[in-house]
Amino acid sequence: MGITRTPTSLTQSSATRGGIGESTLRPDGTLKVTGEFAYSSDLWHEDMLWGYTLRSTVAHAAIVSIDTSEALATSGVYAVLTYDDLPTEVKHYGLEIRDTPVLAHGKVRHHGEPVALVAADHPETARRAAAKIRVEYDALPVITDEASATAPDAVLVHEGRDDHHIGHVPHPNIVHRQPIVRGDADRAAERADVVVSGEYVFGMQDQAFLGPESGLAVPAEDGGVDLYVATQWLHSDLRQIAPVLGLPERKVRMTLSGVGGAFGGREDLSMQIHGCLLALRTGKPVKIVYNRFESFFGHVHRHPARLWYEHGATRNGKLTHVRCRIVLDGGAYASASPAVVGNAASLSIGPYVVEDVDIEALALYTNNPPCGAMRGFGAVQACFAYEAQMDKVAAELGMDPVEFRQVNAMEQGTVMPTGQTVDSPAPVAELLRRVKSRPLPPERQWETTEGADVRALPGGLSNTTHGEGVVRGVGYAVGIKNVGFSEGFDDYSTARVRMQVINGEPVATVHTAMAEVGQGGVTVHAQIARSELGVTQVTIQPADTQVGSAGSTSASRQTYMTGGAVKNTCEAVREKVLDLGRRRFGSYHPAWATAELLLEGGKVVTDGGEALADIADVLEDDVVDLELEFRHRPTQAFDLRTGQGNGHVQYSFAAHRAVVEVDTELGLVKVVELACAQDVGKALNPLSVVGQIQGGTTQGLGVAVMEEIVVDPKTALVRNPSFTDYLIPTILDTPTIPVDVLELADEHAPYGLRGIGEAPTLSSTPAVLAAIRQATGLELNRTPVRPEHLTGS
Amino acid sequence: MEFLRPATWQEALAAKAEHPTAVPIAGGTDVMVEINFDHRRPDHLLDLNRIAELEEWETGEDTVRLGASVPYSRIMAGLRTELPGLALASHTVASPQIRNRGGVGGNLGTASPAGDAHPALLAGGGAVEAESVRGSRLIPIDDFYTGVKRNALAPDELIRAVHLKKATGPQQFSKVGTRNAMVIAVCAFGIALHPDTRTVRTGIGSAAPTPIRAKAAEEFLAAAMDEAGLWDSGKPVPPAVAKQFADLVSGAANPIDDVRGTATYRRHALGVMARRTLGWTWQQYRDHQGSKSCA
Ligand SMILES: Cc1cc2nc3c(=O)[nH]c(=O)nc-3n(C[C@H](O)[C@H](O)[C@H](O)COP(=O)(O)OP(=O)(O)OC[C@H]3O[C@@H](n4cnc5c(N)ncnc54)[C@H](O)[C@@H]3O)c2cc1C
Repeated sequence: MGITRTPTSLTQSSATRGGIGESTLRPDGTLKVTGEFAYSSDLWHEDMLWGYTLRSTVAHAAIVSIDTSEALATSGVYAVLTYDDLPTEVKHYGLEIRDTPVLAHGKVRHHGEPVALVAADHPETARRAAAKIRVEYDALPVITDEASATAPDAVLVHEGRDDHHIGHVPHPNIVHRQPIVRGDADRAAERADVVVSGEYVFGMQDQAFLGPESGLAVPAEDGGVDLYVATQWLHSDLRQIAPVLGLPERKVRMTLSGVGGAFGGREDLSMQIHGCLLALRTGKPVKIVYNRFESFFGHVHRHPARLWYEHGATRNGKLTHVRCRIVLDGGAYASASPAVVGNAASLSIGPYVVEDVDIEALALYTNNPPCGAMRGFGAVQACFAYEAQMDKVAAELGMDPVEFRQVNAMEQGTVMPTGQTVDSPAPVAELLRRVKSRPLPPERQWETTEGADVRALPGGLSNTTHGEGVVRGVGYAVGIKNVGFSEGFDDYSTARVRMQVINGEPVATVHTAMAEVGQGGVTVHAQIARSELGVTQVTIQPADTQVGSAGSTSASRQTYMTGGAVKNTCEAVREKVLDLGRRRFGSYHPAWATAELLLEGGKVVTDGGEALADIADVLEDDVVDLELEFRHRPTQAFDLRTGQGNGHVQYSFAAHRAVVEVDTELGLVKVVELACAQDVGKALNPLSVVGQIQGGTTQGLGVAVMEEIVVDPKTALVRNPSFTDYLIPTILDTPTIPVDVLELADEHAPYGLRGIGEAPTLSSTPAVLAAIRQATGLELNRTPVRPEHLTGS
Repeated sequence: MEFLRPATWQEALAAKAEHPTAVPIAGGTDVMVEINFDHRRPDHLLDLNRIAELEEWETGEDTVRLGASVPYSRIMAGLRTELPGLALASHTVASPQIRNRGGVGGNLGTASPAGDAHPALLAGGGAVEAESVRGSRLIPIDDFYTGVKRNALAPDELIRAVHLKKATGPQQFSKVGTRNAMVIAVCAFGIALHPDTRTVRTGIGSAAPTPIRAKAAEEFLAAAMDEAGLWDSGKPVPPAVAKQFADLVSGAANPIDDVRGTATYRRHALGVMARRTLGWTWQQYRDHQGSKSCA
């Protein structure tokens, strides 16, 4: 077909058993570290065109006119498309609410919104032609915060809303609002000996994945299109793409290409529809790759938030009540905002027992950049605020902050503010105990016999201090995150597993649509197949839409869900293999009929360990091939007035202790150690578990001390769309991260496992903030902390 | 775009004379970024990478003649004694990969107020050797920076080398960034003690339209130290003097509010860095004096 650098199967043998619980290596690991791995930006087709997206230079404006004639006349240009060229009546897409125009229609609602598309024979030609498109804008007032969004005369970001939230929101510039009321906070407040309140601000974080948005759309002979793309959920993309193209879903064949990180930022569409439109229009393959600058506009970010909290407690340290209000800025389009609101509300008080609560969370429509899914999904912002509050209350009571948390810590059996009973282990107090009992890094750890090691000091190699002004602080935090899709969503994963004999050896092939975004799904799928089917060699097929949906690689759900689906299908395949065995060999040994049989080490064995037959002999030329769906237990929607409902599948907990050195004169911070303890239920791959925890911890550190997309409050323009000024931690900013893994099984989950990817991102940020507060004595109600916040200048 | 690849320095000068708008490219760590972002679309790129002498340095009696393209990583490793301030500054530039490519010639060519070499060059003292087919001249470093990202080079001139005074006393360099490595300066400060002339020179980065010296601070300090006989006695700098020096450094800056930091913070941080680096250099000077008198 002339396409190169498309995904291929990953086949991995294992010298050891290579099953679950072992730290087997990633099948794609060597390719990635040697630079051989094909990312979606490496895709190539011999006669392909390059697509380019013209984006708005203003945040809110009516489009008076678009003149594409000069661009179209440029030599090398094959197509220029605007809203008027969209082929069907479906011109919008969206994860839950279809409010996002494929190309701007009539107005633009945020900086960087796609307005027109160009396809040309060279990326530079496409870019230059796009620069010749003349768009005339007529500025509209810019909505940037709650006050401007909900003012009585506020311009509506979306007129004529007809989505299913419009009926219950207090203003059309509010996407969704979720109150949770339980007990009687007013009466409980009367019992409080101390009441502490605070207002908190959480900045806009970017996923900052390293592989920019990219993909290749190839028109097919049947009038359909083959799309190779880096995404998080193939089938969700498909559902949104096909109607815009006017094609049945079976004619849009999607294949996952190499994904360079996601963190939620690929849950929404980027170039998918655009690439397909250009390919179908020109009849040629079209590749689109964003550069870093464009990537900052090409995906949604983490919701910035304003949070108000009031906590009450009795003198002996028992929380009486919590009141809170969480306002998330969803930006111009809904994206995942409704679900983020549900999470923020239901997890807003943290992993504590509080019977009387009054909670409200909402997301705004504004002209700021659209915000949606990012690791931690609404729970991150809340954790930052409630953990700051917990420290404040402890200080007010004169109690140790860890002890205060432990006194109020939830456990198995605790009832959430939503009325849901936590029915699996919730070792919150124990996680805190573990991080607290670790020895602290030595005082003045930067001192060496040759003087100060600046790398261990705030400022690092920038050589700003040799110890002057440096004060240590230690802080703690713990968080609670849900696992899987909540609020009644029909969340399922599909796995197809084939077993056959190749060259005399039984081999398993696993085919799912799971997006491997770096989390290690391909590693655990192979491990699960080995454990369940007793093989050593497993082939993981590329993820595509030829197999049923695997759901999203998000919500900490993939090992639970698609891992669970692989397990589930493997068990069914095993039964078929055993049936074959019973038919072929049943008469030779009574155990075939009476014993519990397993597949292990290439053989059928009894639970007593006796080998009955080689799997290869059982299978002979037969191929066992099954595709099955797997669901977690159903959840319920939250009541729109009271927030009551069994909304979540599973909860996940992590605690951190941060040790920081702060240069109090310059306001620079060095995080020295960020210890984590997390319950993972069962570590399917202990090495990957530690990797996830360290990665999540570091992402949390980033938004504590540096990561923020700065949006001009007057113009809603993004001021730092580059890695020069959007800073993410380097290795010199990343502390040692000792990890303590607990494995308390959740009996409802496959292997007892607990989704782990997000919880460490929650508590890391407030732990660092708490440590900086301890070092400086400052209140610090905003994250990220900038030097000027610490120096008062 | 035409890509010119002169094999010798003379060929490079000839090419620049013929195409005065040609953009020289050394390490390319500024040029390539500008081209990738389409901020610049030159007709000609003039590649200097085949000219070996640009990557060499010569150490004379009092000066180092540093070839324009010597990468930062080699300055850090090889010129720690002769040019301690510049070596420290070099270590704060970007990452190892960039330090293996980028150098002082490129930093001067860009002449960004945030370039890290500048405060060290201003404090250490020296001159830029600019050459064209018309001949060669030395531009004192103090006269080199003429505006935001503008320098004193004529259109047909190339930077051959930088002549830097070998350190006669301790030098320090400090830079504030909101990350502990690989960060563009929010503001930066360089200081060099010149015991031979009993003067102190300074350089300020990222806090004015160009890199600047804090001349009033320098003069105040030199006078105060003279008056107190500190160069001879090696006694500590009185805190009040250090504070006044720091305040004058803050006052010399003319910073702006931008996405990297506020003007107020920049002034404040410069004062802190000035006080600290003065303390460090003076301590080094005293240690050195002490070891001399013991010997
Ligand atoms: C990721 C990254 C991080 C960075 N971080 C820093 C940092 O922390 N601190 C910092 O100061 N800089 C930083 N920079 C900028 C850059 O690395 C430096 O300015 C470097 O010194 C440029 O040197 P170069 O040899 O690569 O210059 P080039 O890019 O080759 O050239 C830069 C400019 O100088 C001109 N030029 C080059 N050589 C000559 C010559 N001989 N005669 C006349 N003109 C010439 C060029 O025409 C061009 O205008 C960073 C750059 C990147 C990409």
